[in-house]
Amino acid sequence: MLRVSSERIDAAEELRAFETLAAQAGGIVTFSGQVRKEAAGGIVKSLFLQAYSPMTEQGIEAAMTEANTRWSLDHTKVLHRTGAMLPGDTIVFVATAAKHRRAAFEAADFLMDYLKTEAVFWKKEDTGTSSHWIAPREDDYSDAARWTKKEKI
Amino acid sequence: MTKLLYFGRLSDITGISEETLELPSEIDSAGQLRIWLDRRFETNGALLEPTIRIAINSEITFDTASLAGAQEIAFMPPVGGG
Repeated sequence: MLRVSSERIDAAEELRAFETLAAQAGGIVTFSGQVRKEAAGGIVKSLFLQAYSPMTEQGIEAAMTEANTRWSLDHTKVLHRTGAMLPGDTIVFVATAAKHRRAAFEAADFLMDYLKTEAVFWKKEDTGTSSHWIAPREDDYSDAARWTKKEKI
Repeated sequence: MTKLLYFGRLSDITGISEETLELPSEIDSAGQLRIWLDRRFETNGALLEPTIRIAINSEITFDTASLAGAQEIAFMPPVGGG
């Protein structure tokens, strides 16, 4: 399941819904990304996320399909915000459910690396005194490169 | 008429996030459009950077790609969400 929208994400509520959906799974892993209060540029006032529909959704769908090819997953859920957000707001929510934990952990990690470096989004940070567009960090790219050769487990 | 989209920091550089215009008939590839727009906006090569990808009708393309049938052309700086 995928949703890219300006709608607020309630991670706790999403987890409860996912637990109901994946009641038969042995393990569930979730990741929530939140808007940082402080960044390199100073105190963050707001963050703006821009997407390009339907390219953004199609890319994430393809990454979710890839995750399902690599790992045996019962369910996968990706929620991503667009528009204006405040510090502490949930930007992204990823949940994976599998028979055993390793597949769920790795698939969630893989999906987050995709979202960080390849998903079609642009981020603008506003510190009150300045605003600037943020590109992925070097660590984000090296994290994503870990998945280039990986066998299904 | 062709719709042009400028994403991320490109909208700050061009001053607009989108526009619809009739492209000069001599421009027939994505690469030629890149050069023409860079001169038009006087962006000093910002649109020529290889990290700026071009999508024609929502498909990422190479600079050699033809603009025939292009209804929407997007200029995309490096992406990243989360």
